[in-house]
Amino acid sequence: MSVVASKDLVKGVFEGRIWAIARMITRAEASDRASEDALAEIYKSSRNAHVVGITGVPGSGKSTLVAELCKTIRKSGRKVGIIAVDPTSPFSGGAILGDRIRMGELVGDEGVFIRSMATRGALGGLSRATLPAIDILDAAGFDIVIIETVGVGQDEVDVVRAAHTTVVVSAPGLGDDIQAIKAGILEIADIHVVSKCDRSDANKTISELKNMLAIGLGLSAPSAWTPSVIATSAAKKEGIDTLAEAIDSHVKVLKESGEWQSRRLTMAEMRLLKTAEDILRDEFERHRAGKIQALVKKLANAEIAPQGAARKLLEDVWKEISL
Amino acid sequence: MADSKKTPIRVMMAKIGLDGHDRGVKVVARALRDAGMDVIYTGLHRTPEEVALAAVQEDVDVLGISLLSGAHMTIFPKVLRVLKEQDAKGIILLGGGVMPDEDVTELKAMGVQGVLLQDTPPNAIIETIETLVAERGAR
Ligand SMILES: Nc1nc2c(ncn2[C@@H]2O[C@H](COP(=O)(O)OP(=O)(O)O)[C@@H](O)[C@H]2O)c(=O)[nH]1
Ligand SMILES: [Mg+2]
Repeated sequence: MSVVASKDLVKGVFEGRIWAIARMITRAEASDRASEDALAEIYKSSRNAHVVGITGVPGSGKSTLVAELCKTIRKSGRKVGIIAVDPTSPFSGGAILGDRIRMGELVGDEGVFIRSMATRGALGGLSRATLPAIDILDAAGFDIVIIETVGVGQDEVDVVRAAHTTVVVSAPGLGDDIQAIKAGILEIADIHVVSKCDRSDANKTISELKNMLAIGLGLSAPSAWTPSVIATSAAKKEGIDTLAEAIDSHVKVLKESGEWQSRRLTMAEMRLLKTAEDILRDEFERHRAGKIQALVKKLANAEIAPQGAARKLLEDVWKEISL
Repeated sequence: MADSKKTPIRVMMAKIGLDGHDRGVKVVARALRDAGMDVIYTGLHRTPEEVALAAVQEDVDVLGISLLSGAHMTIFPKVLRVLKEQDAKGIILLGGGVMPDEDVTELKAMGVQGVLLQDTPPNAIIETIETLVAERGAR
């Protein structure tokens, strides 16, 4: 088996070839230095896609909703990329990625590209390769990129800083409380969805959520945009158009108010810090059994304090990567 | 790619056809996950074309198709055709289920790289996958 050259992959991505997009994402997942130039070229090539994050607890109906939403967006002719992230098992390092089960109908449409990913131990509910994968889909000409992530708590919602528009999904029948309130992820929502509204207990979820928002809970900084609550039923295909419209008008409102630009800067800020963390972790792993040993020993014997040791580590990493 | 970190083997498990049982597939999926692999499950009742296209998008190392319906001689050529049309390289195709020996021989000649008959224990499946992926090498 011959290895595909990076430049052929990049060319394939720009031409929108499925195999090339797919393989480029695989390379991004491996996060090796060999792909760095290719990913840089892709990053610089295009910043046009509207990135929509969809989050909520497991079972809240995200994947089903994404499938319906995607069908609706496709009617406008726009191309849709979907990245579905599921947690990696902490025990084996493997994962079962089952979001596609709900998205079967989308396969075969050339304007839709679906990729499943495992978190692989990355904090924040995103996989490390999620952001590069967004870039790749963007460069390949996808107009909207939807990221589905499991959001169970505040620490799990990096999606907010990866997406222009964040949709938080709540559902009836998953316990007494609204899961998003319990998880403290209410305030990250640009749009609230109460899914499964074909169920009779959905009204209760809707009114609870609206009450929370009415008393000012879950509102973030002042904004030209006010989060709304949209009731959907993927089963009855209701509310999906409303959601698609809200997603579009969110961008419009942010652009008009100038918040779009500041949001993009926040996203870039997060990207910078995350990427720096990734580099540090990679270097640490690479030298764990080698150079770093001496430093670790010193720290264990209290010959050096943690702060000083960490500074030394950063210095060494700096020397290493600036070669 | 010397400094690339070890990424989990990606496997797509698909069922094609009308039979509505996926207990076996789910058991195998869990065993593969426990062996450290990423397993993408597509659900029931997919067409060969859908499964092949999904496998290309997911860029899996291994596409495992399980079928009990006896339609393997028509299904696998369709899958192989789409993989070829899409220019997808390096996806290892595995079949699973029940079939006579002469079909196994013919499928292998066609490009199906392994056939795991029903009741192959998970450990043997894991071993087959790991061996085939190692033999294929980097891509
Ligand atoms: N009644 C009803 N059930 C739904 C609806 N959408 C999803 N579900 C069910 O909720 C469960 C979880 O759906 P899924 O989309 O996989 O949720 P996810 O884990 O958040 O991605 C499945 O059993 C779906 O069939 C809906 O609109 N109405
Ligand atoms: Mg899901």
